[in-house]
Amino acid sequence: MPTAIECRDLRKTYDDKVEAVRGLNLEIQAGECFGLLGPNGAGKTTTIEILEGLLAPTSGMVSILGHRWDENEREMREWLGISLQETRLSEKLSVRETIDLFASFYREPRSTDEVLEELQLTEKADSWVGKLSGGQRQRLAVATALVCNPKILFLDEPTTGLDPQSRRQLWDIIRVFQRNGGTVLLTTHYMDEAERLCDRLAIIDHGQVIAQGSPPDLITRLGGHHVVEFLVDGNSGGAQDVWRTLPSVESVREDDGLIALNVKQPHLTIPALLEAIERQGGKLQHLTTRQASLEDVFVRLTGRHLRED
Amino acid sequence: MSVAQQTPVRTQPATPPPTQRRNGRWAGYSHLLMARMLELKREPEVVFWVFIFPLLLALGLGIAFRNKPEGAVSVAIVQGAESAQTLLQKSPQANQFKVQVLDAEAAHQGFRLGKFDVAIEPGPNGTFTYRYDPARPESVLARAEVNDALQSAAGRTDPVPTKPVSSSEPGSRYIDFLIPGLLGMNLMNSGMWGIGFALVDMRQRKLLKRFVGTPMRRGDFLLALASSRLILMIIEVGLLLAFGALFFHMRVMGSIAGIALIAGMGSLTFGGVGLLTASRAQKIESVSGLINLVMMPMWIFSGVFFSYERFPAIIHPLIKALPLTALNDALRASILEGTPILHQWPRLLVMIVWGGVSFVLALKWFRWT
Ligand SMILES: Nc1ncnc2c1ncn2[C@@H]1O[C@H](COP(=O)(O)OP(=O)(O)OP(=O)(O)O)[C@@H](O)[C@H]1O
Ligand SMILES: [Mg+2]
Repeated sequence: MPTAIECRDLRKTYDDKVEAVRGLNLEIQAGECFGLLGPNGAGKTTTIEILEGLLAPTSGMVSILGHRWDENEREMREWLGISLQETRLSEKLSVRETIDLFASFYREPRSTDEVLEELQLTEKADSWVGKLSGGQRQRLAVATALVCNPKILFLDEPTTGLDPQSRRQLWDIIRVFQRNGGTVLLTTHYMDEAERLCDRLAIIDHGQVIAQGSPPDLITRLGGHHVVEFLVDGNSGGAQDVWRTLPSVESVREDDGLIALNVKQPHLTIPALLEAIERQGGKLQHLTTRQASLEDVFVRLTGRHLRED
Repeated sequence: MSVAQQTPVRTQPATPPPTQRRNGRWAGYSHLLMARMLELKREPEVVFWVFIFPLLLALGLGIAFRNKPEGAVSVAIVQGAESAQTLLQKSPQANQFKVQVLDAEAAHQGFRLGKFDVAIEPGPNGTFTYRYDPARPESVLARAEVNDALQSAAGRTDPVPTKPVSSSEPGSRYIDFLIPGLLGMNLMNSGMWGIGFALVDMRQRKLLKRFVGTPMRRGDFLLALASSRLILMIIEVGLLLAFGALFFHMRVMGSIAGIALIAGMGSLTFGGVGLLTASRAQKIESVSGLINLVMMPMWIFSGVFFSYERFPAIIHPLIKALPLTALNDALRASILEGTPILHQWPRLLVMIVWGGVSFVLALKWFRWT
């Protein structure tokens, strides 16, 4: 499969001070939906804007469908649909006028009505942008990206602020786009979204990729399959070391008194855990086990990362 | 290498391929221009400040400073000096005076408030005392006129015969001076705000960045902005001139085409200056300050409300180098005197230099993101 987006050793330093991106490598295949995950300030927006050719990198190489920004910018713009993290479109224009305006910049855009229909904005076509709800504005922003009939869609937090219903609608739109051969690069803070929508993910922190792979792959590799969460009464200070040495435990996390163990084989861990609590003279208040999720991977990676700083 | 080849070929698209249309070279420009005009039209504040406010200003100032009708010298005669009234009525200029007889206190009071230009008080042995204010030009004038009238009514003959011809023809009144000045100021205001403010607002809203993310031609974007200014300019100029002609019987001596050309150049000049002030600012607060800072000296020096001849002659060359001075002078010459465009080239040159240099610098420094 050809490469749609590629960057190598990307670096961006703002004002000679803030190192927002430090040596980032990505290779995204055509037809793929690729997600960038990371805590606030990780460098997602900076990365995506460099890939979109809106921000010059301090150093590094970017290639979009085999072309470089400094060589072929105008032509490349015809291929990309962009939705920025935060754009306030003109409030005094109607939804239709706004989409028509963006469509007019492209040589062969799609029909406005079709895009309105797809994003369920037909009803609001003649309302002013200023009168839309937050979620409707968000959908309009995606509509302005889709109307150009792009090959690659860049979406920076497209579903932030949407209700669950609208988020699912947007997922469907993205899937249809992808099914028709489009490539998608999106950033998100929603783990379920990343898990369901993205073929592959990169978790970014401090401007670097700290893990990459398909969601199931990341979960089995880094989430530890299962999570055992429990709460003990009494003296448990310094007990972290005890939990870590229990059989089959991969990592320990404490969250507001609740202890979470990433575990490969719960049937080995739990008996040993009960025994250890007994030995300490603690009293078990609460115990659950569940499948590991992407969230566990994320918290584990970025949480540990932050603590190590 | 063509792009189409790189997109993977899907066997069975799940949905019908999207319908397409084709856009010509100028589609972006015309949509940008239309969007801009729609936005302006839907912004009631813009309609007020650009179109209505200058008319109100012209109306207010035109009425406040209208030339006084005949007999407008208002004279207070303090009781005891009534013989002055008889004399004034006998004088040849009798119809120039509006006379009121009242007691000393009421006369002083009225004089202080500016209701009377001069007060005539009884002096010892049948003489008169004039009470006037040397700081008020109309008071000084009134004293002289009253004195002339009294003396000639009492029998003074002037050794040199003279004959006054009054001139308050359209073309030489304050309102005639004012309207071209307001026009120039309005073109400056709307050029600076309409371009400078609008651009920074779009930059702050990340809309400029979003536009740059499309294949939009940046030149078309600026051209659309300039075009919208020119369209507004035609309406602004037309309204204000028509208003002057209707309400104040102002006469437009120059050709409409010439006036439109000067106004258009003024618009573009201040559009260029507006572009420069907006080239880097990230926040509308900072550009607002900057715009006011740039316009302030021109409000004062460029002869909007009063002639810059009142400033010391030594700074006149500096004042004339300001773009608003050039615009105002050119508009006045063209509207009031019908001076042909070709005779105005130094003023037009001043505008071109300001506009051109600003535009070039702005393009060099301009930040789209
Ligand atoms: N224009 C700028 N000037 C200086 N520093 C900046 C600028 N933009 C971003 N940064 C810094 O660069 C870092 C990365 O920012 P970025 O916006 O890429 O993060 P992000 O991952 O998109 O975060 P979020 O999830 O909050 O959107 C942050 O520390 C931010 O403060
Ligand atoms: Mg961001």
